[in-house]
Amino acid sequence: MKRLLLSVATLWLLSVLIFAGARMLPGNVGRAMLGPFADARAVEQLNHELGTDRPLLEQYATWIGGFVTGDLGESYAYRAPVAPFLWTALLNSAKLALVAFLMVVPLGLLGGTIAALYRDRAADRILSALGLAATIVPEFVSGIILILIFGVWLRWFPISATAPEGAGLLTQVYHLILPAIPLVLVLFGYIARMARAGMIEALDADYTRTAVLKGLSYPRVIWRHVLRNALLPTISVIATQTVYLIGGLVVIEILFQYQGIGSLIYTAANKKDFPMLQAGILSIGILFTATTLIADLLYALLDPRIRHGGDE
Amino acid sequence: MTATAAPEQDRTTQKSAPRSLASRLVRRPSFVIGAAITLFWIGCAIFGAALVPYDPFETDVMNTLMPPSAAHWFGTDDLGRDIFSRVIVGARDILTVAPLATLLSTALGTALGLAMGYFGGVFDEVMSRLVDAILALPTVVVALLALTALGASTTTVLFVIGFTYVPIIGRTVRAAVLSERGLDYVSAAELRRENPLYTMFVEILPNVMPAILVEATVRLGYAIFTVATLSFIGFGIQPPSPDWGLSIASSYGLIGGGYWWTVLFDGLAIATLVIGVNLVADSVQGALND
Repeated sequence: MKRLLLSVATLWLLSVLIFAGARMLPGNVGRAMLGPFADARAVEQLNHELGTDRPLLEQYATWIGGFVTGDLGESYAYRAPVAPFLWTALLNSAKLALVAFLMVVPLGLLGGTIAALYRDRAADRILSALGLAATIVPEFVSGIILILIFGVWLRWFPISATAPEGAGLLTQVYHLILPAIPLVLVLFGYIARMARAGMIEALDADYTRTAVLKGLSYPRVIWRHVLRNALLPTISVIATQTVYLIGGLVVIEILFQYQGIGSLIYTAANKKDFPMLQAGILSIGILFTATTLIADLLYALLDPRIRHGGDE
Repeated sequence: MTATAAPEQDRTTQKSAPRSLASRLVRRPSFVIGAAITLFWIGCAIFGAALVPYDPFETDVMNTLMPPSAAHWFGTDDLGRDIFSRVIVGARDILTVAPLATLLSTALGTALGLAMGYFGGVFDEVMSRLVDAILALPTVVVALLALTALGASTTTVLFVIGFTYVPIIGRTVRAAVLSERGLDYVSAAELRRENPLYTMFVEILPNVMPAILVEATVRLGYAIFTVATLSFIGFGIQPPSPDWGLSIASSYGLIGGGYWWTVLFDGLAIATLVIGVNLVADSVQGALND
């Protein structure tokens, strides 16, 4: 319960920060949207239309009041409600993120497990080095190189992430594989590193030694005792990675021309469409907060020691 | 007995720490490789403009989109500019913006973390929530919002990234301060009624320096990552800079036509630089933990 209240408090602060960023930083919102050479009366009229000429506190109350009741405001660029655009974008991004997660979670766990089992040997060092390199190379760089290799030279995958209208599920997934790989690369290192640390801790634990000494076969010890204990901490790490994933989506969606939340924010930023930008960014914050909350609850559910322990 | 022995031991480790850290680093192959790559690009950033065979800004309409050859090692771009020269000189802006942004965020983040860890209480609680709120968003998105509001330019991107990294550095420094907070030397300073600023910056700061050093090197890697990414989406370093991210942004529409050299070398430049910096960061972390 306390955890939930903290999340709500964090989100509220985030909404204030986003509001401050979008409404106060530009000084005059209408001027920022129309540019330095626009007519002063047009700026004034736009500010009036948007309600940006009213007191800041009132503007914030209107915005956040609308947000919690499902009215996300009206896009300046499209002259239409923000909500439908946002839902479509979030759904598209969710598809891309799902494809990425379905690839990276098993790979990361496998990589981490192998590294831990061959600790300090060649396989471990190679996996660690590759993981580090993959994690730190920006998504658009690996994306470009993947497009060159698999899209342009080998022609195995389409360059655009958007499947043709009315395409089936398989075709859609096929279009999403290449864009998902840069995200997989960025996340692989983190997940593998966490899985490796969890595995090593479990391998060194007394219960593992007991299991070995009582004569269980090695694969059975790994499967029954080590993996179960090692994977638990990895779950919470995977959840915190969603924020990196979304950061990556912005770039990947631009590179592969995909209509998701990343390209929505990017387009809104380019058009200075502040209502759309605010809604898009706050929805990312909500997603992240919700994911970490769920991960914490899941972790507590799976680990009885935490469930019975103190709050927070 | 123990009370007199402890400070002495402290002093000896402090004195020998820098030398042994350096010698421990040099023995790590990953540090040597990482430092060599990073120094190469720093060299390009400083001296590149004087050494390159062509003016990186000079267009040549007769020789646009030429594939790599003896005359143009990395080929030419859509305006006929020599890509090799642009890649070398392209190190300059990113290696100005990213380190300065890191320096700014490390200074501010250290001050914030020291204050949060030292004062604790309501101040810490409120700042922690604020830090959580900002960290709920990807850096690129925070930067995008601020840059949209302030207008993108090479200077604003420096300050925006500098400020965006303050919370995360603050959080790391706070954690390091908390483990020092209960130690005798801090209580002693308080008993002497030292100024809180003195206690924070003169007593505690030197002891959390290793954590800050690690955080700063790691952050530099991310700053390069973020500057490159923002430049690629048009919100970072601005034209006509031969910046790598910017060059990729202006050329990636061409790769469908097979002009791979217009993006490949810039991409490899970014990749090698971030990997180099991160090898250094990783080695520093490893050497300090030894």
